[in-house]
Amino acid sequence: MKKIFVFILLFIFLISCSKLLPGAPDDDEILDGPVEGLTAEQHAIFLKGDIAFNDEVFIPQTGLGPLFVATSCGSCHAGDGKGHPFTTLTRFGQSDTVNGNLFLNLGGPQLQNRAIPGYLNEHIPLGATFSKFTPPANTGLGFIDAIPDAAILALADPNDINGDGISGRPNWIIPKLYSTLRPNSISQNGKYIGRFGKKASTYDLLQQTATAYNQDIGITSFYEPTDTYTGQDIDPEVTNQTVLDVVFYLKTLKTPVQRNQNNADITGGKQVFINTGCAKCHTLQFTSGPSPIAALSNKTFFPYTDLLLHDMGSALNDDYTEGTALPQEWRTPPLWGLGLSKNSQGGQYFLLHDGRAKSIEEAILLHGGEGTQSRNNFQQLTESDKAKLIKFLESL
Amino acid sequence: MKKYLLLLLLLELTWTLNAQIDPTLLRRVPKDTSRPQMNLDAVYNRPFLQLGKLPVALGGYAEANYQYLQEDGVTDGHQFQMRRLTLFVSSSIASRIKFLSEIEFEDGTKEINIEFASVDFEFNPLLNLRGGVVMNPIGAFNQNHDGPKWEFVDRPISATQMLPATFSNVGFGIYGKKFSKDWAFAYEAYLTNGFDESIIANTENKTFLPAVKENPDRFEESFNGSPLLTGKIAVRNNKIGELGMSYMGGVYNKYKEDGLTLDKKRRLNVFAIDFNSTVPESNTYINGEWAWVHVDVPDTYTEQFGEKQQGGFVDFVQPVLKRSMLGFEDAVLNAALRLEYVDWNKGKFQSTGSNISDDVFSIVPAISWRPTAQTVIRFNYRYNWQKDILGNPPAKLAGFQFGFSTYF
Repeated sequence: MKKIFVFILLFIFLISCSKLLPGAPDDDEILDGPVEGLTAEQHAIFLKGDIAFNDEVFIPQTGLGPLFVATSCGSCHAGDGKGHPFTTLTRFGQSDTVNGNLFLNLGGPQLQNRAIPGYLNEHIPLGATFSKFTPPANTGLGFIDAIPDAAILALADPNDINGDGISGRPNWIIPKLYSTLRPNSISQNGKYIGRFGKKASTYDLLQQTATAYNQDIGITSFYEPTDTYTGQDIDPEVTNQTVLDVVFYLKTLKTPVQRNQNNADITGGKQVFINTGCAKCHTLQFTSGPSPIAALSNKTFFPYTDLLLHDMGSALNDDYTEGTALPQEWRTPPLWGLGLSKNSQGGQYFLLHDGRAKSIEEAILLHGGEGTQSRNNFQQLTESDKAKLIKFLESL
Repeated sequence: MKKYLLLLLLLELTWTLNAQIDPTLLRRVPKDTSRPQMNLDAVYNRPFLQLGKLPVALGGYAEANYQYLQEDGVTDGHQFQMRRLTLFVSSSIASRIKFLSEIEFEDGTKEINIEFASVDFEFNPLLNLRGGVVMNPIGAFNQNHDGPKWEFVDRPISATQMLPATFSNVGFGIYGKKFSKDWAFAYEAYLTNGFDESIIANTENKTFLPAVKENPDRFEESFNGSPLLTGKIAVRNNKIGELGMSYMGGVYNKYKEDGLTLDKKRRLNVFAIDFNSTVPESNTYINGEWAWVHVDVPDTYTEQFGEKQQGGFVDFVQPVLKRSMLGFEDAVLNAALRLEYVDWNKGKFQSTGSNISDDVFSIVPAISWRPTAQTVIRFNYRYNWQKDILGNPPAKLAGFQFGFSTYF
């Protein structure tokens, strides 16, 4: 009898043990984690990139700065989500597409507002216009990278031939010499389609990663060897392998999983989203082209962006630009993962390019230019439809 | 022939020496280590082995444990750890001159530290001079950290990750103690080598005082030539308990090198208060410590490294059974609970004016069994809520720990 009692006690203890350990959050509650279908070898590279991205903190002895914005990649993208104003990037010095950045010799294009002890940080030079960029979520970047150029161009309507008031166009840029052109890339006058960054001025994730190491953390690499403090090319402070591991990590992060997608309010909200014209720029769906990473090849996904530049009106014109984008033009930001933004932004929203919108509704109401009609449509919605639309967006 | 003579001589000597070893000469000097006298005394309030009348005593403790921890569904599995092995050697050089050293091996041989190695000269009970590698008396845990004295497998987070326990430096100082009936008063004050810039430039990505312990040169030279002052006063009433207040402060940065000015002098200031008491009716032992850290971080640096920190812990230990158990005459079974909290970055974001988080709260219920006062076997459950600097939903870590710690 005693033995049975001890056995039952032990059984209860073991059961309660597992209950006393914190379980993993549901897959639709977090943005980080690898895409499904990676091989064991790819998992190993993903983990190396994960450590370099989220755990490697730079200090002066390992190359931090002397001028910098953040001390690690993860500082700007907590949980691979959107960033907080604490690490907002400030870019300055270029107010048109003709003259380029006139302040490159004064620290442009990016302000390094922090400095290691003993050094002075940068300030925006007199006369320079600037814009603030909230760090974006990293989620699903590999899928965006794998969208064929033709699919993006198919959505462009620079002269608004269809007369819907929306005239998206790509930001045609010159890729960095170290970038490898995608198969079947489409060029225009020797320029290629940029698809990353608020102004779509970045060609691929290698450029994005190497530039972020350099401009955000002050870390030079084989790819971006110029020290932001001296303006001189110096020895690499991060290895090529680490940069490439981080690129692989970013490429193979999963896409966000929509929550409660069969909920009636959410399906209704999705229809409101389409009816109000939001989906004209926030394109629901793409299919990736062939990718060397099989898990990314020929997959259909739902980023809610067309990756094109759109005139967003004077209220969102900071008189600063990059590439061929006009100051009031912004790349349509992907909306996937929007509902989880608060979990990486300290419990509240900081939306639009500079985080000025503190709610989804405020972000919608700040749409101008090509977004004016959709904004007006939103304002005319019933309260119930507005709520459904917001609920749908929060489910992404 | 000479060889044979030498061999015979050696055999004879061995025989003689063997004949002289008398086990009764190996005297254990037992101490009740479960309840300190005063934290100041902790360094000598340890069980030692003494050989006859030799003026040298040896001691030490070892602790090992098993743990299974899980953070948000991810675990490193079953871990067996030899956390530390510490050896003490003390000797009386003269009637009022004594020496004590403490050498610690942590995580196997991953870290080998001289934690304490100093000579004490007693001029008067109220005036002693101590020099060598001394334990900076900030808070109580740093002074009184031996594993067998605690009912918990982990050391307190605030004491080891906010304050840098165990923290010792080369330096000199004075200490003293005075009794009067139920009252005791003690003080300590030391000037030692101090901190360096790693406290705000480290891979923890936060102001982290323990980073200074990574500097292998700190026992050889001061980082900036400015001494660190550590002082403590404590008062004890046998019926109430002990209250200690301590301060540690000094310049941590290299403001000058080769006569050239590099920066202004930047200070670090730490205040701590500690308390321990035993509730007479229930015999509940309460032990706690709270500390405030202020570091002069350059304005142009990053808010990632906070200027202010605060945190502490409180332990409740309730003996539930005191009797002979499994053949151990004075065995004690305790139920215990530790609550701890650290805010590594107390302040507001310049960009938003909102609070900076970067804090951890932890609760650790425990059961400990002491077959003797010098040995503890403990079973802990730990649950941590850790928020990042932005205050995003906390990472939750929990798990079970089982281990022993014993003086030998």
